[in-house]
Amino acid sequence: MRKNSTKLILLLVLSLISILLYAFYDIKGGFDYAFPRRVIKIAAMIVTGVAISYATVVFQTITQNRILTPSVMGMDSMYGVVQTLIYFFAGSMSVWVVNKYLNFAAAIIAMVLFALILYRFLFRSDKHPIYLLLLIGMIIGTLLGSLVTFLQVIIDPVEYLSLQSMLFASFTKVKAELLYIAIVILIISFVYGFRIMSKLDVMSLGRENAMNLGINYDRMVMNILILSSVLIATSTALVGPITFFGLIVANLSYQYLVTYKHSILILGASLISIIALVGGQFLVEHVLELRTTLSVIINFIGGIYFIYLLLKESRAAK
Amino acid sequence: MIKIKELSKRYGKKNVVEKVSLTIEPGTITSFIGPNGAGKSTLLSMVSRLLEADTGEVLLDQQTIKKWKSDEFAKRVSILKQSNFMNVRLTVRELVSFGRYPYSRGRLTEIDEKYVDKAIDYMNLGEMQDQFIDELSGGQKQRAFIAMVIAQDTDYILLDEPLNNLDMKHSVQIMKILRKLVDELGKTVVIVLHDINFASVYSDRIVALKDGKLVKDGPTKDIINSTSLREIYDMHIPVQEQNGCRICVYFNSHA
Repeated sequence: MRKNSTKLILLLVLSLISILLYAFYDIKGGFDYAFPRRVIKIAAMIVTGVAISYATVVFQTITQNRILTPSVMGMDSMYGVVQTLIYFFAGSMSVWVVNKYLNFAAAIIAMVLFALILYRFLFRSDKHPIYLLLLIGMIIGTLLGSLVTFLQVIIDPVEYLSLQSMLFASFTKVKAELLYIAIVILIISFVYGFRIMSKLDVMSLGRENAMNLGINYDRMVMNILILSSVLIATSTALVGPITFFGLIVANLSYQYLVTYKHSILILGASLISIIALVGGQFLVEHVLELRTTLSVIINFIGGIYFIYLLLKESRAAK
Repeated sequence: MIKIKELSKRYGKKNVVEKVSLTIEPGTITSFIGPNGAGKSTLLSMVSRLLEADTGEVLLDQQTIKKWKSDEFAKRVSILKQSNFMNVRLTVRELVSFGRYPYSRGRLTEIDEKYVDKAIDYMNLGEMQDQFIDELSGGQKQRAFIAMVIAQDTDYILLDEPLNNLDMKHSVQIMKILRKLVDELGKTVVIVLHDINFASVYSDRIVALKDGKLVKDGPTKDIINSTSLREIYDMHIPVQEQNGCRICVYFNSHA
């Protein structure tokens, strides 16, 4: 317990250093111009990081696995589907693209609906719902991905260029007005999220043990799935898909802070994600001089880490 | 008192439990016995609310268990199933502390800590209370889970094949502890058992199921005899008295 609090303080210090570095390092062309823009980017990264961390950790607790995340299961693909359909049928000059609020809302609603329909449909049968859910989620993800590719091949090339920029995660083009909405969604989710922290601890003992201890398990699972889809949808609609990010930060948090307490695990994962996003963005902008984007690096490292986890898990299963 | 009324459950076309009615007598050990697939575990799961019954009802203190609030129910009835796979690393003490969740909601008071200490003592886990669960042997792990249920301090303790994969020494140890829970603390234990000799030696009452139906329900001495056992298991099972215990010697019997 004491050791974990030292570790959390270390993470907190590191994330504060990243934030300060990013906010103040090498400000050119006028403080008044650059600083507010940096603050918005930092806020976007914190919101995204915290939302993804929370959503991933709770999702992995209720699905009793440490490899699959809502993003991996097809929510990111759904984001691609929504944007591609909008560009394909309405076009880049339509109100669905020009009006940022509308686009944001459409993306969130479509992703949450997708997740809920998937869960509803799969949670009706009570035999091994989780494995089935995960497997089907991955297959649907691939299906949606192929559908998107198909539409992108036949779409007007000019439209495609502008669509492409929507489908790459980026913190540099975050709209401040959407950020405020995302912060409100995040705060509302967390009011509920904090109240269920100790229930989550009990739920990590598995369905039967949790029910024995008086948890209304099936209803909690549904609530948490909704909560985590809303959070992932919000962060994806805000900055774009960073598929493997949740996987990395959640697992680093499990490894670094060996505990069952969700309050600690989620705080740890959130701090790690702030360090990774803000610190990473700092490196991308000032060391790599924008020769690549942060999401490319994250998905590259995350992909390797994903394979490592799969191998480790399959070895443990033997 | 727990009363089971005409409880049924079907999976597809198969009736796993069919119109079972019985009363669990307080202050006793009741064993559920019967061949594989008789519906023992399903019945236990329905009584403990892990599984919803298709028809029929279970009454706890005259009120149907559906109407009980989850946390109040968890203070009266506890259940331990066979599979205890967990994704988290917990120490024995942390696991046992979870037994207090219905009372403490995650914030242990001094009284909760006392219950945890008592449960750990009861299961002789004092020396290994800071070890991680996944480092323990099968028997120790089983004891840790039972300690959690003891800390939960419910009147009714339901156990689904707690002797699975345990050797003789640990099986006897656990049955003796269950006996103590009933005799000293006045608990009511309901247990699914495969070994009829453990059922015969340690339980007060036996409930026998076969193909989802109740075939026998009564005091142990009325059921551990060759006639009743033939009805349950379809085989000849000679019963011998040994130091006041009735032992079923079925190992080389003819069907």
